[in-house]
Amino acid sequence: MLKKSKLAIVLAAVGALVATTVPASHAATNKQLEIFTWWASGGEAAGLAGMTSEFTKQNPDTPFINASVAGAAGVNAKGVLVSRMAAGNPPDTFQAHAGAELSSYVKAGQVEDLTFLYKQEGWDKVFPAGLIKTLTTNGKIYSVPVNIHRANVLWWNPATAKKVGVKAAPKTIEAMIADMAKAKKAGIDGIALAGNGDWAIAHLFDVVLLGTMGAAKYDGLWKGKTAWTSPEVSKAVDNLGKILSYGNASKSLDWPDAGKLVTGGKALYFIMGDWASSQWQSDGLKLGTDYTWAPAPNSVDKSPVYMWLSDSFTLPKGAVNRDAGIAWLKVCGSLAGQDAFNPKKGSIAVRKDSNPALYDSYLQAAMKEWKVDTLVGSTVHGVNYGNAGMAAYDSAVGKFYTGGGKDKAGLVKALVAAYKANAAA
Amino acid sequence: MALTLSRKKRISSPWGGFFFVLPSIIAVAVFVYGMIGWTLKFSLSNRTNAWSKDNSFAGLKNFTGLLEDPEFTHAFGNLMKFTVVFMFGTLLSGLIMSLLLEKGIRGEGFFRSIYLYPMAISFIAMGTSWRWLMDSARDDKGTGLNHLFHMAHLNFLQNDWYSSEKASMYAMALPAIWQMSGYVMALFLAGFRGIPDDLREAARVDGATEFKIYRHILFPQLKPTFLTVLIILGHISMKVFDLIYGIATKSYVTKVLAIYMWQVIFDFQNYAKGSAIAMVILVIIAVVVIPYLIYVNKTEEMK
Repeated sequence: MLKKSKLAIVLAAVGALVATTVPASHAATNKQLEIFTWWASGGEAAGLAGMTSEFTKQNPDTPFINASVAGAAGVNAKGVLVSRMAAGNPPDTFQAHAGAELSSYVKAGQVEDLTFLYKQEGWDKVFPAGLIKTLTTNGKIYSVPVNIHRANVLWWNPATAKKVGVKAAPKTIEAMIADMAKAKKAGIDGIALAGNGDWAIAHLFDVVLLGTMGAAKYDGLWKGKTAWTSPEVSKAVDNLGKILSYGNASKSLDWPDAGKLVTGGKALYFIMGDWASSQWQSDGLKLGTDYTWAPAPNSVDKSPVYMWLSDSFTLPKGAVNRDAGIAWLKVCGSLAGQDAFNPKKGSIAVRKDSNPALYDSYLQAAMKEWKVDTLVGSTVHGVNYGNAGMAAYDSAVGKFYTGGGKDKAGLVKALVAAYKANAAA
Repeated sequence: MALTLSRKKRISSPWGGFFFVLPSIIAVAVFVYGMIGWTLKFSLSNRTNAWSKDNSFAGLKNFTGLLEDPEFTHAFGNLMKFTVVFMFGTLLSGLIMSLLLEKGIRGEGFFRSIYLYPMAISFIAMGTSWRWLMDSARDDKGTGLNHLFHMAHLNFLQNDWYSSEKASMYAMALPAIWQMSGYVMALFLAGFRGIPDDLREAARVDGATEFKIYRHILFPQLKPTFLTVLIILGHISMKVFDLIYGIATKSYVTKVLAIYMWQVIFDFQNYAKGSAIAMVILVIIAVVVIPYLIYVNKTEEMK
């Protein structure tokens, strides 16, 4: 009996293997596009659909296959993707954050150099020079960015601010902490925290690091030019501890639920990327009346800083439908593709010639600032660290948060370890 | 009909049986033992990142490295705490439920289904609900269990549940107990039903109290069931992944070995270290299961 059931399981497993490998071998016709992305719902899916219809318009004979795996920040998708890449069965193109997140694929020689496409399509001229510099590794570029999100945004509800007695957006970290104290006196949480899975707290720490030490030193942290043991880092850790102490008691929220604390008047501030705006708009809230924003406070820099992150697509080596992959990347970088995708996704186009009239008022302001601000990368969303460094960074901050923000020396130690883990991987 | 046919066509060669189980032997050899060997090979290699194809022998370096990794010891400690509470809790609640049903009360089938039902719920749906139930917000902001305690004026019972620093794994054991105790109940119930009624009657005639009957007649006969339950719960606990991932994803506070292994392999892409963690999990499970297999084989031989 036992053996029979075991055999049945094995047969089922073999069957499943066969079933999953068939499409790949069948695909050797160069006649379809298999894309791997974790955009599966809401504005993300709507944006993808916009870009897909652009692709189908240009390539009517190429069926579009979306091997989408849903999951916040792509945690599940990454696991599946890593196995497929390692097994030598890559999709024709896959989604990854632009920046260091790609480094392991680059070092493994699993993605193609796309510099030729940048020249051919003239992207080297229409994408901002600062961004191209960040994307370039040893003179080569390995992905095509489709959008830019801003990570260092401070959100609040004007009605709550009025109730608490906050008149203007805080310019410095210290001023923000003072506002949070006011909120606490009024019986409202100072900041909304999304503790589930650690990454949103690490996102907050990114913003606090930047605001405490300024863009130049922040940028140096990831490149070994600013020491993780420096007094600025300890000060940022102190600040994080203070900020966390004003947070909501619930430690298990996902970011949309934490956001609802702010729009619902239960917490004053929220530090989250600008995807929060598109989420709230799809909930029927209005920018300016139900929620509003300012660049996250920064105690050091005189000129504004834009902490960015970007979703991009790649061309895996050995993909069966290479031409279809390239056709997709062309859509990703094109004006039509970016302007079809971004207004729905709630992000701005990478291209400097994108049409502002298609975007809402927040995104229009973001487009202006994207062109003039100092640019720094988001760690949690793949710009500064590879996968190993990112996981260790999230874990370090998550441990600090669960410990009630007390173990400051432990956090610094873990941050040093994360830097080493990133360098070693 | 089918039975008579198969009897007629029965293969008389001694090799017949062997060929019949051969596919299963091959499958087990490849997919179980082959894969274990493959993992072991990786765990002893230098393949510590995504791009190196360095499969050279590294000795026990990956294993000794684990001992110095605070994240590994944290995950190991978490797993041990979880296991103790989960096994004890599930055993106890399953036993109590089976004692309640064992006498053949009215509506037994109904209760049996209710107790078994949690097993049928998907881990992710269950994880999401328990995340809400075990939310750490308190008093009038509370939801889930804390809210219930607040409404019942039992405020001292409110706590941080799985997001508390020290007690996270004890809280995490609650949904696991909730899910598995029905199964344990079913096992015990089967055990009780396997004991002939004559024994109880004989004991009653001899003037034994109900407690004495359980203590000296029924429980001793349930020994094999106890052992089976312990082994099943033990190995489920050692490899726990989806339940915890469903509730808290990769949060540091509730990290156990299986989640850390997944993270090391897919996020860090450190295949050697991830395989080493996998081998550690395998060894822990083997320590529990192998003595049981030996015991079962011995008792079967005696029969």
